Amino acid sequence: MIDKTTNQKAWFLVLPVVVLVAFNALIPLMTVVNYSVQETFGNNVFFFEGVKWFEQILHSERFHASLLRQLSFTGIILLIEVPLGVAIALAMPKKGPWVSVCLVLMALPLLIPWNVVGAMWNIFALPEIGLLGKMINGLGFDYNFTQQPLAAWFTTILMDVWHWTSLVVLLAYAGLSSIPDAYYQAARIDGASAWSVFRYIQLPKMKRVLTIAILLRFMDSFMIYTEPFVLTGGGPGNTTTFLSIDLVKIALGQFDLGPAAAMSLIYFLIILLLSWIFYTLMMRNEEK
Amino acid sequence: MAIELKEVTKVVGIDTHIHETSIKLEEGRFNILLGTTLSGKTTLLRLMAGLERPTKGEIWFKGANVTGVPVQKRKVAMVYQQFINYPNFTVYDNIASPLKVIRLPKKEIEARVHKVAELLKITPMLKRMPSELSGGQQQRTALARALVKESDLVLLDEPLADLDYKLREELREELPKLFHDSGATVVYATTEPAEALLLGGYTATLHEGRVTQYGPTPSVYRIPQDLLSARVFSDPPINTASITKRGEKFHYNETASWNVSERYKALPDGPYTIGFRPHHITLEPDNDESISVKGTVVVTEISGSESVIHMSVGHDTWVSLSHGIHPFKRGDAVELYLQTDHCFYFDANERFI
Repeated sequence: MIDKTTNQKAWFLVLPVVVLVAFNALIPLMTVVNYSVQETFGNNVFFFEGVKWFEQILHSERFHASLLRQLSFTGIILLIEVPLGVAIALAMPKKGPWVSVCLVLMALPLLIPWNVVGAMWNIFALPEIGLLGKMINGLGFDYNFTQQPLAAWFTTILMDVWHWTSLVVLLAYAGLSSIPDAYYQAARIDGASAWSVFRYIQLPKMKRVLTIAILLRFMDSFMIYTEPFVLTGGGPGNTTTFLSIDLVKIALGQFDLGPAAAMSLIYFLIILLLSWIFYTLMMRNEEK
Repeated sequence: MAIELKEVTKVVGIDTHIHETSIKLEEGRFNILLGTTLSGKTTLLRLMAGLERPTKGEIWFKGANVTGVPVQKRKVAMVYQQFINYPNFTVYDNIASPLKVIRLPKKEIEARVHKVAELLKITPMLKRMPSELSGGQQQRTALARALVKESDLVLLDEPLADLDYKLREELREELPKLFHDSGATVVYATTEPAEALLLGGYTATLHEGRVTQYGPTPSVYRIPQDLLSARVFSDPPINTASITKRGEKFHYNETASWNVSERYKALPDGPYTIGFRPHHITLEPDNDESISVKGTVVVTEISGSESVIHMSVGHDTWVSLSHGIHPFKRGDAVELYLQTDHCFYFDANERFI
């Protein structure tokens, strides 16, 4: 038998982390829970309201509309960014001096602060003076993202693809570089086509990193705030008001603390639930 | 005639991977490429497969020049050190994959897959995925895929290097039999001299992109053409010593001398080099031809019932392998017996004489 030594001093080593997590996660979260079940008319006077705000949010058409917008946006950018990212990763050189050049170029958009991305694309897409906006109009399309819902969506999606496809590229590239050269040789000897190599060697070998890429892109895009806020401010009308923008409008614009807190919690649970579903679905085959 | 390289060289950038090489491998036999890492084994295999084009020279296969023919159009199979299988195919589909590419009828595919699965003893695993198999079973699957194609040329690039000791021995025993019955010409690359001896067949020794010798494995081992081939085909490394012939005697360091045997009587006097394997310098004399050499122990390694003694004699460091346990310490004086009748004699150009 081995004698286990117990040393209660170890708790002191964990303490800093516990305090940090408490201050930046647990306490704010509990404050939100607290707000979500109360009503206030100012003067720091609160009344208990139970699940009233939750019911109100879940039945609110405004929330449904934001949620639908959010789901469509996330769905669209995932459908574009994942295949595009994989395609770019496949096209990148495998060795030689161009590898680092490509990797740096790919990483650049990821290094730009989110509000700067929003501001850049705002100016870039302005119909009168922006390079993109003027060009599209010059091609004969009537394009004005501050007034046309479709143009606003197009611009927001284009911006997100520009900003975040790199992440998928880098992850997919890492997955590809971990495949030993012998696999490709073996496939050549078998006489496998380029498609078979992709379908039966590269894709299965990339599965893990792609799962992570999809999960990260899902969570990030579902929480998107800064870029569309700077680009369109949620407009025209409410057409690009995604969940987080809507939330801020309720919390800070209208100062409805109770409904905003309830909505935060629902929002949080939706992300948690969808991430879990994604992960289980994608990892199911792995465990078999 | 199976596969023949005619004055083949391979240059990549400023590096010469293969110096001009001409070699004709024995058809339908087990051919071994023996050499250290970076000696050019893999490059030679890739050239034979058609995965790479030679910079100069021609490659002939079954009496036809196949130098520019892409790998898909040749009937070759290759197995690697890494266990290469399609990760999301079952073992059955993995083995069947090369047959599906050439669109054989389903019935025949089934028959052939089951036949090789039986040979490689993986029939119970046919429905599993490669990730659910042990390393040995994964490599068996890869070998089955090579065998099922019924290729005329099978290239094996250190296929046992990544396996555990037990599995390696087991598979090494089966390999020559498996391929002997298939009638294919097999080329097997390895870094281990012991493996070459166990596999038999024919061996080509490689050193820095050159084939130094090719012939039946036992004769390459027993009669190395030159010092390089002897070095490549010896583990632990072969010992060498500079000697001088004066009349009827060979002299080493003026401390030891022995009679010149009948075979070397006609040699002119002068400097020569001898090479001898560790088990030919021992603590006990073997016969009258063994001469005593005194040295100092550098390190002793004892493995089971054998002692490997590294010792320095003059400017030379030699390795000796003796039976029994002899726990010498560093610095101990030691007397060993060199079996001069088992030495290889090389001339000034390091050629075997």
